[in-house]
Amino acid sequence: MTETTYSGSDAADRGNDMAARRKRRDAANRRLQYYGIGAISFAIGLLALLFASLIVSGYTAFTQTHVRIDFPISATHVKPDAIDQGNYRLVVRDALADLFPDVTSPADVRSLGQILTNNTQFFVRDAVLADPSVIGRSVTLEIPASDPFDQLNKGVIDRNVPENQRRVTDRQIGWFDQLVAQDRVTAPFNWALFTAPNSRFPELAGLSGAIVGSALTLLVCFVLSFPIGIAAAIYLEEFAPKNRWTDLIEVNINNLAAVPSIVFGLLGLAVFLNLMGLPRSAPLVGGMVLALMTLPTMIIVTRAALKAVPPSIREAGLGMGASKHQVIMHHVLPLAMPGILTGTIIGMAHALGETAPLLLIGMNAFITSEPGGITDAATALPTQVFIWADSPERGFVARTAAGILVLLGFLIIMNGLAVWLRQRLERTW
Amino acid sequence: MIGYAFLLILAFSAVAYFVGRSTGSRFVATAGGKVHSLPGYHGAFVALWVGLPALLLLLLWVSFQGSAIDRMLLASLPETLTAGKSASEIDLIVSEIKNVAAGRMFSQPSADIVTVAERLQGWHAIADWAMIVVAACLMIVGLVLSRRLLSPRFRARNVVERIISGLMIGCSVIAILTTLGIIVSLIYEAAAFFRMVPFTEFLFGLRWEPQIALRPDQVAGQGAFGAIPVFVGTLLISFIALLVSVPIGLFTAIYLVEFADERVRAVVKPVLEILAGIPTVVFGFFAILVVAPAVRDFSNVLGLAASPNSALAAGLVMGIMIIPFVSSLSDDAMKAVPRSMRDGSLALGATPAETMTKVILPAALPGIVGGILLAASRAIGETMIVAMAAGLIASLTINPLDSVTTVTVQIVTLLTGDTEFDSPKTLAAFALGLVLFLVTLTLNIIALQIVRRYREQYD
Amino acid sequence: MATVAEMPRETQTFTTVRTPDAAPRPVKVRGENVNVFYGAKQALFGVTIDIPEKAVTAFIGPSGCGKSTFLRCLNRMNDTIVGARVEGKITLDNRDIYDTDLDVVELRARVGMVFQKPNPFPKSIFENVAYGPRIHGLARSKTDLEEIVVSSLQRASLYNEVKDRLHEPGTGLSGGQQQRLCIARAIAVSPDVILMDEPCSALDPIATAKVEELIDELRTNYTIIIVTHSMQQAARVSQRTAFFHLGVLVEEGPTDHIFTNPIEKRTQDYITGRFG
Repeated sequence: MTETTYSGSDAADRGNDMAARRKRRDAANRRLQYYGIGAISFAIGLLALLFASLIVSGYTAFTQTHVRIDFPISATHVKPDAIDQGNYRLVVRDALADLFPDVTSPADVRSLGQILTNNTQFFVRDAVLADPSVIGRSVTLEIPASDPFDQLNKGVIDRNVPENQRRVTDRQIGWFDQLVAQDRVTAPFNWALFTAPNSRFPELAGLSGAIVGSALTLLVCFVLSFPIGIAAAIYLEEFAPKNRWTDLIEVNINNLAAVPSIVFGLLGLAVFLNLMGLPRSAPLVGGMVLALMTLPTMIIVTRAALKAVPPSIREAGLGMGASKHQVIMHHVLPLAMPGILTGTIIGMAHALGETAPLLLIGMNAFITSEPGGITDAATALPTQVFIWADSPERGFVARTAAGILVLLGFLIIMNGLAVWLRQRLERTW
Repeated sequence: MIGYAFLLILAFSAVAYFVGRSTGSRFVATAGGKVHSLPGYHGAFVALWVGLPALLLLLLWVSFQGSAIDRMLLASLPETLTAGKSASEIDLIVSEIKNVAAGRMFSQPSADIVTVAERLQGWHAIADWAMIVVAACLMIVGLVLSRRLLSPRFRARNVVERIISGLMIGCSVIAILTTLGIIVSLIYEAAAFFRMVPFTEFLFGLRWEPQIALRPDQVAGQGAFGAIPVFVGTLLISFIALLVSVPIGLFTAIYLVEFADERVRAVVKPVLEILAGIPTVVFGFFAILVVAPAVRDFSNVLGLAASPNSALAAGLVMGIMIIPFVSSLSDDAMKAVPRSMRDGSLALGATPAETMTKVILPAALPGIVGGILLAASRAIGETMIVAMAAGLIASLTINPLDSVTTVTVQIVTLLTGDTEFDSPKTLAAFALGLVLFLVTLTLNIIALQIVRRYREQYD
Repeated sequence: MATVAEMPRETQTFTTVRTPDAAPRPVKVRGENVNVFYGAKQALFGVTIDIPEKAVTAFIGPSGCGKSTFLRCLNRMNDTIVGARVEGKITLDNRDIYDTDLDVVELRARVGMVFQKPNPFPKSIFENVAYGPRIHGLARSKTDLEEIVVSSLQRASLYNEVKDRLHEPGTGLSGGQQQRLCIARAIAVSPDVILMDEPCSALDPIATAKVEELIDELRTNYTIIIVTHSMQQAARVSQRTAFFHLGVLVEEGPTDHIFTNPIEKRTQDYITGRFG
């Protein structure tokens, strides 16, 4: 805008007035802009903070401190004819006694034993069961260190705080440092996080049960919601007459999509568990509940995809003498499929992250094995995160964050797939 | 067994398909062009007649076998097991019998229980086999009957399409059934609750102490079911969440619609989508890991005492979760304002900010209000953030630094762990669920109405 | 004298001026007193017409005159429009096509249709043409099917242009080629009647000429009904012409007669360009 110059003082005043006004208006304009920038920076900053805090507290769980110990398998503790009933507790004690001959008092022996995970004896038993020929010899194993020493090794527990404020004593630190000096302590990548099921002990707890549980739950959810959603959408979009009845279904679906997820949990609890007597904590029920929850979204997405197929395609098919069903099956549905699939993947990703309804049907149980089928008790990734977040042990903080990172990893993969599909397959008319 | 029955039905239907198709092909070979439908439709016709009734039977059977056998089991329990036992003790016995029957034995069961468990196993086996036999008979009858209907002029395609249409209608009705199921089950359980606790006490009572004793030997409170503190807590946290999300979401949308260029939009939109896609359990962990300690430290600096699970922390994080929701709905509302209005304002020499605040915002206001109502309904119904970051004790306060509890938190705590279906403690969760459902439903209906009417205005 | 348009609808009688052919052909399609309603609005008023076999009949008239509406009645494409209602009787080979017992799909297999805008399926050229024979089970074997596709493309005068790229998408063809592909697709089902709804309105003059040439060739085997905006086109390709105005069939007769010697004043006005 150009400034107009006037002759005469009055006009000059008016010009000044205008200029001042202009300045105020520009300032207001900029102010609104700054508010916007501020709001966006706040949102982005929070997202960054969220990811940063998860990574900072979670990355340590991706390694696990192990201690290499030689276990002498004496035939007195382990009888060759009853390997699984051997006294492995004594085997472990002997092994530690060999390493630290000067530790003798029972209290000290116990606190020395705390360096290793509580389940050390079972690791030894499994090793002997796998290879009975070691009886009479000694076997060298990498045993996970117990949670406090894992944290100590990773520097999460500070050696400089007073002894009574940390969970490891100075003597224990001394022993641990001896192990380090003997080069027995390593911290390899924590595969157990992915391959082991849940455990009470953070150093042993893994996500495999939850991953399998989530996969089974999603499978049930998909098998139910995908065909039903598509069938309902086709009916509503292509066949349904416009009347009060279909209006009701439509309003109902829109509202159902906004019902809080926990209400679906209540429905599952009352109908699937109590009325139908289906098993508690089972991926079958979890999948059914999530299917009911995602169904409205599936229908809405599918209808949008069907709507995007131009009517000329339908006319062409009908004009050829194809029946309406044939036109939809042969032309409309295949053309809408990329859109439907994209929506489905996003819906499934949403279902994967859903927690509340699963809590109510008991998928937050403490389960230490992977589910073998859809009727076995199981947990899912988000409920596992919830359980771990509730656990008091220090090690579970890192596990929770790591569990979240794994969950987010799956979500990123699924959403990435959806974006890729959209770009690859979707056509514009 | 269900799996095998399912496979059997699939296999049978496949056979039926080929039978029907070959009949159809024979028609084509003999009657030539006079055949109405392609052979495949004859096949599909027969397959549907074989598979559908059997599948329906299977579903019904599976849904009701469990409860039917349970009832038979209860009726057949010998006197020695039930004499003088309360309902919950009998429940325990029944679950022990089931465990024994399933081969999960923790200790040596008594002889009585073993006999009943063996009888239960027998019933299960009989029921499973009966299911398969009945299904097979049904399928054979279907095959014979439908096969007989086939003829060259038989309109197999039309019939198949009608059946498929029927199936599709059935699928659409599931959405209605879900709503009905929600309403009926909530009302049913809530009615049971209101028989134990007066309706007015629930709605207007000021004390909420649901942790009553389930067993006589437990130490617990007397039990009080006045839900006002829970409602107030829910509203407090939701209000804080809206206080955070509405300005931030709205300003974000304003900037994106009016000021941002393509480059900025290409960055900010995905960021908001990521924010929207993060599971709420993650936000809950973020709240206890970062936000709650920060809130506490900050109020300590100010000399205020904050509870470790303050309403403020939960509300803040919930607000963050809702930001993308508010911004995308406001964005839609503003974009729906016709370009001509915006151009008209700009052509008069208005700045973008003036155009926004004087023209677009007022025009988009109904849409934005609708969006905020939807966001409020989201906040009220959100569970995981509050389940992790808010408190369990229902204290009647509006101090954001205190710990409050919400409807959803109470539902989760009342229904996880020890549950028993005739205790007011468990049923209270359904009463709360009913309130939650009705409130969010009302908000959603109003919001969707507003948004729809607003869209129609500019379409 | 008041024109029909000015008269109240109730008092109108919908008489049509008819001029028979010098050598009458057998009737293929017959409409008797056909009324069409879209909701409360009536779009066609008592149309009665005989359409001869193996000839091109052109429907002409200004926009909104109901010619496309009538055309869409002939293969019941109006069924797909919500609220559309057809009264009266339309027969194909003396059989009522609105008979409730008639399978509309079978009808459309016998009465093919080509649309205003070319609308090939987003599939290969081959698949576009093969689609109809497949759903109607016209081919016993793969070679059968190939034969049908090739001969349809040949009859649509498209084969030579596309024979090297039968498996490329039909949407990659030019507009005129797409329209001929749609014609090939229609004749692959061997219909008796082909309805064409302004088939050249989206085409350039050269493509139009090719399609018109094709229509002329096709009439030896098919009964063709074409709706057109262009009177020159009607004059070039058709043997009989029907003039519609405001939902009424005003006049029908041999094309040369209609164009040189129209009896009705409205026909005359339209043809000489007074309105349209």
